Amino acid sequence: MLYRENGQFKTSYRADQQIFPILQDRVAIALLVAFAVLGVPMLADDYIFRAILIPFVIMSLAALGVNILVGYCGQISLGSGAFMAVGAYGAYNFFVRVPDMPLIPALLLGGLCATCFGILFGLPSLRVKGLYLAVATLAAQFFSDWMFLRIKWLTNDSSSGSVSVNELQVFGLPIESALSKYWFCLGVLVVMAVLAKNLVRGAIGREWMAIRDMDVAAAVIGIRPMYAKLSAFAVSSFIVGVAGGLWAFVYLGSWEPAAFSVEISFRLLFMVIIGGLGSIMGAFFGAAFIVVMPIALNQFLPALMGLFGIEISTAGVSHAELMIFGGLIVWFLIVEPHGLAKLWSIGKQKLRLWPFPH
Amino acid sequence: MGFFLETLFGGLMAGMLYSLVALGFVLIFKASGVFNFAQGAMVLFAALAMARFAEWIPLWLGLDNALIANVLAFIVAGVIMFVVAWLIERLVLRHLVNQEGATLLMATLGITYFMEGLGQTLFGSDIYQINIGMPKDPIFLFESMFEGGVLVNKEDVIAAAIAAALVVVLSLFFQKTATGRALRAVADDHQAAQSIGIPLNRIWVIVWCVAGVVALVSGMIWGSKLGVQFSLTTVALRALPVIILGGLTSVPGAIIGGLIIGVGEKLSEVYVGPYVGGGIEIWFAYVLALVFLLFRPQGLFGEKIIDRV
Repeated sequence: MLYRENGQFKTSYRADQQIFPILQDRVAIALLVAFAVLGVPMLADDYIFRAILIPFVIMSLAALGVNILVGYCGQISLGSGAFMAVGAYGAYNFFVRVPDMPLIPALLLGGLCATCFGILFGLPSLRVKGLYLAVATLAAQFFSDWMFLRIKWLTNDSSSGSVSVNELQVFGLPIESALSKYWFCLGVLVVMAVLAKNLVRGAIGREWMAIRDMDVAAAVIGIRPMYAKLSAFAVSSFIVGVAGGLWAFVYLGSWEPAAFSVEISFRLLFMVIIGGLGSIMGAFFGAAFIVVMPIALNQFLPALMGLFGIEISTAGVSHAELMIFGGLIVWFLIVEPHGLAKLWSIGKQKLRLWPFPH
Repeated sequence: MGFFLETLFGGLMAGMLYSLVALGFVLIFKASGVFNFAQGAMVLFAALAMARFAEWIPLWLGLDNALIANVLAFIVAGVIMFVVAWLIERLVLRHLVNQEGATLLMATLGITYFMEGLGQTLFGSDIYQINIGMPKDPIFLFESMFEGGVLVNKEDVIAAAIAAALVVVLSLFFQKTATGRALRAVADDHQAAQSIGIPLNRIWVIVWCVAGVVALVSGMIWGSKLGVQFSLTTVALRALPVIILGGLTSVPGAIIGGLIIGVGEKLSEVYVGPYVGGGIEIWFAYVLALVFLLFRPQGLFGEKIIDRV
C-alpha cells in the first residue's frame, strides 16, 4: 500500500534518471542516512562503535570497491587485501614523510598508490579470465605481503613492518573518540557510495557490465576491453585502497603487514558474493553479515553451549566458530546464490503488490 | 656447480610435492569444473586423521608394531576421506550444479573453513608427528664427478618416488579402467556424459574420493616432513601457481608445472633472493606463473580456450 510508484509521473529526463526514481525510496534512504548519522550515536555505546560499527562501515567501503571489480566487471579478484595494504602503507608514507600532511589527502594519495598497484596487477586480466585470473591476482597478495615485510623504506625502517599513527585530525578536529571515528568513516563511505553508484549507472558502468556479461561480444560492439577492465581495476583498487587506509589509520591505529593477509581478501570476496554480485546495496549487507557474525558467534556460542551444560574451551569456541562460519556460507550459497541483495529486491517486489498476491 | 645441482635437486623434490597437491586440484576441476580451494584443508584434515589414528590405534589395540599401526591409520584416514567426499557431494555440490564458477569457488572456501574447524575439533590443534619410518639422513650423489658430491635428502627422494608412483597409478586408472573412461567423459562434457547414461553424482563422489586419497598421501608426506599443523593448509596456496602454470585441466601439466615451480622457487631464492632481502619464493612462483600466462593464457598443457559469442 505504502510502497508504490503509481502516480509519480516523470516529466523530464533528469527526473527519470535519478538514482532513486521512487519517492518512497528517497525518503527511506534519507531517513536511513539520518539515522546512521544521528540516531546510531544515541543508541550505541563505545564497545559497539569500536567492535562492530567502525569495522562494518570500513568493510562496506572495501566491499563496495571489490564489488565494482567482481560484481560489475566480472573480474574475480583475490588480491583485495593487497590493495588495502598498499592503500594503508601508501597513506602512511605520505602522512609521515610529508610534514603537516592532512589526513584526507594522505588517504586519497594512498588510494592513488593502490590504483597504480591495481592497474599493474590488473594487466593479466587482459590475457586471462575467470579462475585463472583469480589465482593470478593472488600474486598481488603475496607480493604485497613480502614487500611490506622486507622493503624497509616503505615502512619507515620499522622492524617487521609494524607501524602506527596517532593524533589524527580533520580540519583541526581530532579523530580520537569512537564517535568521531565513526562519523569520519561514515562520511567517507557516503561520499564514495554515491560516487560508485553514479559510476556504475553511467557509460563506464555499462561498459563494465557488458564486459562482465560477454567480453567478446562487448569488444565486437566497440567497447575497448583493455580500457574497461583496467578502469574497473583502477576504480576498484582506489576505493579498496582508501578503505585500507581507513582500516589502518582509524580502526587499527598501529598495524603490520599481517593485518592485510589473504584472509582479508577471502572475506571481502565473501562479502561481495553473500551480499550480492553487482549491487551497491549488496556490499552493505555482505559486510554486515561477515563483520557481525563472528562477533555474534563469539559472544553467544559459550552461552548457548552453557544452556546444554557443555563447557567449551576458548580454542573450542574458535574452532566451532570456523565451522559455523563455513557452514553458514555454504548454506547461504545454496539457498540464495544471488545474495542478500536478491532477497531485498524480492522483498521490494512483494511490497509493491501487497496486500495482493499478484 | 655442485651447489647449483644441489639446489636444482632440492627444487625438483619440492616440485614433486607441489605436484601432488596440484593433482588434487586438477582432478576435481577436470571432472566437475569446481575450483576446489578446500584441497589444502583436505590435506590438513587427512594428515591430522592419519597422525592421530597412528597414535590412538596402538593404544586401543595394544599393538606395538609401528608399521601395522601406520597402515591401519592410513586405511582409517582413507575411509574418513571417503566419507568427507561423499558428504561434500551430497550436501554441497549437488545443490550447486550449474552455478557460476565464483559461487562454487566460494562454496569450497566455506568448506575449507568448516573442515579446518572440524579437523581441529576432532583431532586437536597441536603439532603432531607422522612417523612412517622415512630415513632422515642425507646421501651424497656424483661424488666422483664433483668435489664433495651433491647432497640430497633421502626423505625427499622417497617422497618424490611415492608422488611419481601415485601419478602413474592415477594415469593408469584414468586411461585403462571403465571408471576412468567415465571420468574423462564427464570432464569433457557433463551433459553429453549424462545423456549416454553415466551417473554424474557417482562420478563426482569418485573424483572427490580420489582427490581425498591424493590429499591423504600429500598430507602424509608433507606431514612427516614439516609436522602436522595448521600451516599445512597454506600448502594449497603454494600449489596454486603450479596449476595455472600447468593448466587447470591437465594432469601432466600439474606434474611438469610443479617441477618448474619447485626449481624456479629454489633457484630464485638462492640466486636472486639475497639481493632483494630474501623470502621471495612464495611470490616468485606466482610471478613465474603469470609470465607464462601472458604467453599461454591456458597454461602449458591446458585446453585451448575458445571464445564464442
